[in-house]
Amino acid sequence: MPKLPAPPVPAALKAPPPRPGDGNGKATPLDHAAEAGISVVDWVDERTSLSGAARWMMFRKVPKGTNWFYTLGSATMFAFLSQAVTGVFLAMFYKPDPSGGAYESIRHVTNEVFLGQFVRGMHKWGSSVMVILVFLHMGRTFFFGAYKYPRELNWLIGVVLLILTMVMSFTGYLLPFDQRAYWATIVGVNINGTGPLLGPYLSDFLRGGPEFGAVTLSRFYAIHMMLVPGLIAALIGAHLYLVAKLGTTAPPWLKAEKNPELRKAKA
Amino acid sequence: MNKSQKEQYLREYSILKAQGKPFFPYAVAKDALMACVVMACIITLSLVLGAELGSKANPTTTTYVPRPEWYFFFLFELLRVIKPPSLVPLATIGVPTIGMILLFLLPFVDRGPERRPERRPIAMFTGIFVICAMALLTYEGANAGSPTAIEMPTPTAIVQAGGQTLAEFEAGKKVVAQSGCLACHKIGENGNDGPGPNLTHIASRLPRQGIARTLVNPTAPMPSFKNLPPQKFNAVVSFLSQLK
Ligand code: HEC
Ligand code: HEM
Repeated sequence: MPKLPAPPVPAALKAPPPRPGDGNGKATPLDHAAEAGISVVDWVDERTSLSGAARWMMFRKVPKGTNWFYTLGSATMFAFLSQAVTGVFLAMFYKPDPSGGAYESIRHVTNEVFLGQFVRGMHKWGSSVMVILVFLHMGRTFFFGAYKYPRELNWLIGVVLLILTMVMSFTGYLLPFDQRAYWATIVGVNINGTGPLLGPYLSDFLRGGPEFGAVTLSRFYAIHMMLVPGLIAALIGAHLYLVAKLGTTAPPWLKAEKNPELRKAKA
Repeated sequence: MNKSQKEQYLREYSILKAQGKPFFPYAVAKDALMACVVMACIITLSLVLGAELGSKANPTTTTYVPRPEWYFFFLFELLRVIKPPSLVPLATIGVPTIGMILLFLLPFVDRGPERRPERRPIAMFTGIFVICAMALLTYEGANAGSPTAIEMPTPTAIVQAGGQTLAEFEAGKKVVAQSGCLACHKIGENGNDGPGPNLTHIASRLPRQGIARTLVNPTAPMPSFKNLPPQKFNAVVSFLSQLK
């Protein structure tokens, strides 16, 4: 059984080791609880062999010199999770009905539901936070040269995640169906329509026809709450698999100390 | 990178990795702290700025200026900067598409083994240039509010004509000012110069029917205004067809 590494807490906060004679060798209720927890985990592991994967993910090493910039990726993922959770609550109230129901349901959430405005605000501002974090994370990987061999594929997955994040904010903007949402989205879809070759087809697809109509809102809703979040979740999985498989880059200015003696002396 | 450079990198990386610390708990602790910061930011933003809801969407009036979410401002601003109509598709779809294609191609174009920022001048210059350009365009876009009034003096000919003509002119001026046209058009001293053409002398370029046709069936990105009530619509057309 490999030993867990000690958590990095200051010495003063560490629990003292048990003294001989403590508890007189009798198991306390806490010991029983720990025992039960371990046997549940063992039971699941015996049937799934998941512990190897968990160990592979959690106890891999990150290279030396890893700094705070390396937290931007997981921060983006956390913002995405926050969007997913707040989004589920909003979806419980939302009605994709352009003839007034959509606007009314958002008004109801904002003004009447307990903490409704708070959750809606979290979802709305969370989208800005997530966009900022995606860009910062991309900047980090760009300036650290992390898109180079062997991590090219992870960069490509990242670009797709960036596009999907922008699609999320574009489709989400229409859903409250107020004046701002409506007119900004009409202009946005028209802009898509000016694109070469695929442009007109893309805007017809988004509108669900040549006119901005009843289908448009449900189409945006389906894209916003099912299609794209599913894709993002799957791609984050692939992204993280590659991160664990290839390891995160070391900061580019670090040079490995080749001589084992020197390496020891430095450590 | 050729084969030996790749092997060299992998060897070097495996040493650095061996000298590192386990992901759990060291990196996890940092990530968790960062997650708390992110959560605190989102909650603070939500509590301080709340979630506003404008008035209900109404295809027959646009009392709201069409404005995208702030992180799309740079695209909208790009439209304003790139004027000639033939280049509009380039600005709207071309620039973002090309940007995305370049991002996809980056790892295949820049294949050198060097990773230190100070030894990758081209990549660093391009990266910093793009960031500055996007920041500048976003800033300009955020400041390009659009006025909701037209301060153009009524031409003397119309004041003299009085009656129906004068009333329609004034009514049209008001509707145009309230309908978000100024977000994309300049009329007299008011409005943004672009992405749409300046309308101060539109009547000398376009006959009345032409203006009406444009409003019903415009070229993108201008939205169609065919759902305006006929009275308002006619007022707009009358107003614009007086702008010689
Ligand atoms: C989202 C931006 C946008 C808004 C809002 C907008 N327009 Fe436009 N408009 C444009 C663009 C872009 C063109 C140029 C299209 C082209 O090149 O054919 C245009 C063209 C026109 C033209 C024809 C000009 C010419 O020289 O051919 C008229 C007239 C016009 N707009 C009137 C209006 C009126 C009136 C409103 C408000 C009710 C309005 N526009 C709102 C973007 C906009
Ligand atoms: C939804 C958006 C995204 C999520 C949740 C995400 C998540 C992560 C995480 C958790 C890591 C681990 C290392 C770190 O945190 O820095 C990572 C690494 C990486 N990401 Fe992302 N990412 C996203 C978007 C992007 C984008 C837009 C790009 C670039 C186009 C990108 C490129 C990379 C690369 C190249 C690595 C490897 C970095 C290294 O090994 O040092 N990612 N990502």
